[in-house]
Amino acid sequence: MLFSALRVITASNPVHAVLFLVLAFFNAAGLWLLLQAEFLAIALIMVYVGAVMVLFLFVVMMLDINIERIRQGFWRHLPLGATVGGIMVIEMTTVLTGMYFGLDNFPAQLADAAATAEGSNTKALARILFTDYVYPFELASVILLVAIIAAVMLTLRERKDTKGMRPADQIAIKRSDRVRLVKMASVTESNASSLTDTLDAATDAKGGAPQ
Amino acid sequence: MMSALLAPIQELLGPVFPLVWTLFKIVLILVPILLSVAYLTFWERKILGWMHVRIGPNRVGPWGLLQPMADGLKLFFKEVIFPTVADKKLFIVGPVMAIAPALAMWAVIPFSEGLVLADIDAGVLYLLAIGSVGVYGIIIAGWASNSKYAFLGAMRSSAQMISYEVAMGLALISVLMVSGSLNLTEIVHGQAKGYFAAQGAGFLSWNWLPLLPVFAVYLISGVAELNRAPFDVVEGESEIVAGHMVEYSGMSFAMFFLAEYANMILVSAMVAIFFLGGWLSPVGFLPDGLFWLAAKISAGLFFFLWIRATFPRYRYDQIMRLGWKVFVPLTLLWILVVGIWMMSPLSLWK
Repeated sequence: MLFSALRVITASNPVHAVLFLVLAFFNAAGLWLLLQAEFLAIALIMVYVGAVMVLFLFVVMMLDINIERIRQGFWRHLPLGATVGGIMVIEMTTVLTGMYFGLDNFPAQLADAAATAEGSNTKALARILFTDYVYPFELASVILLVAIIAAVMLTLRERKDTKGMRPADQIAIKRSDRVRLVKMASVTESNASSLTDTLDAATDAKGGAPQ
Repeated sequence: MMSALLAPIQELLGPVFPLVWTLFKIVLILVPILLSVAYLTFWERKILGWMHVRIGPNRVGPWGLLQPMADGLKLFFKEVIFPTVADKKLFIVGPVMAIAPALAMWAVIPFSEGLVLADIDAGVLYLLAIGSVGVYGIIIAGWASNSKYAFLGAMRSSAQMISYEVAMGLALISVLMVSGSLNLTEIVHGQAKGYFAAQGAGFLSWNWLPLLPVFAVYLISGVAELNRAPFDVVEGESEIVAGHMVEYSGMSFAMFFLAEYANMILVSAMVAIFFLGGWLSPVGFLPDGLFWLAAKISAGLFFFLWIRATFPRYRYDQIMRLGWKVFVPLTLLWILVVGIWMMSPLSLWK
């Protein structure tokens, strides 16, 4: 996982970098499986690998990225990046060594024992989410919904020249709207001249077709 | 009896026995699947032939029965050509990523009572997760080929697959609600209960009847997810040739082909398990068993071939409209309906 995470930032080709990120997600999911969090592991693959990264890959493949220009700013941005990275490392160690910092008094930690005892941690997770954490959970989903709608509103623009369809209209169309039947006398030697008259009359009725 | 037979082998192999035994079971699942894939291609050509009032393949072997073998041999001996500026590693990874999920998903499919490789609690989630990985094979193949046709085809097909995954996942939520479990064996067991099952007409107790709209959505989304006709816009002889498979030849093409047909069998197996009662017998006086699952899968496969011969193709924007504007709202609504139904006194699932 460390290798693939490292390759995410060192791969020269952005598409390769994205694929290594996918690999990193897979490894993370594997680690979670080993920690008996099968719901989280599978949800990680389903959401991140299956949906988010695919769209990410779409975007990266579409972009025309100039690698040389990106490389230029490396040393200039390093201090900022290192600071953010350092803070994240500190946070992670705080959580992982939580027992020394008194973090294990949170309800999630207490319910953890119950979950492992029961076997199916999907059920346990759902029970906690919809009882102890119902308000934070609902709040998070509302925030996500707002984000979705905001993203759509920001990018949605009605193009004037678009040839959008109205399927309801298409279905409601009748034969008489599209085809007009013209009655004609059958063709024989004697009335061939009268046929051309009828044809002329028909084109006239249409509003004069080009000859 | 089984364990008594296995005991000497277990002693011989010692600690590696679980590994060998699992590998053996995997082979036991994969060999019939690959054989079915081979004969599914044959059967497809035969059925299409009959539906077009043609004869279909009948030259190789008796009644053309050796045709799949001949096709396989031909593909095997063909040269794998790499386009000059293709990304060589990813070009090979593409077909592998396409076929690996198609085969990996069989691990959780229960063939009969207890006849399953991995009876895991989150089986449905596993299917959804691994199923969504299959898109990568297509995208990687399209991109690595360094061809505009392949790339456009990959874009089309992956956009379509992602859209219909949403509808499929939402359709499955209703199934999960009525069975109250993510375990596939439990889902089949849940369909063995009910008023009609007690009367000896078990097929009326299966999920397809109370969840009829969801069943229809799942079946159609399954076809769209497979990129099969009438949703086969990934291929178009006049526009983008064979989509992401344009640059592939020989065995690398064969792997895409195998993946598609293995996925077809898998989707019909999933339909059979989620909605048609898995290995359960439709009527009370006949015993349950693997045979029924095979029969249901075959019926599903026939359905796929049938609609291929019957329906004209959808236009691409219509496919997207159907997925997002019809199926997703319909399944969301049905989740609500099932929820209210389960809480009401009329609930069938107590």
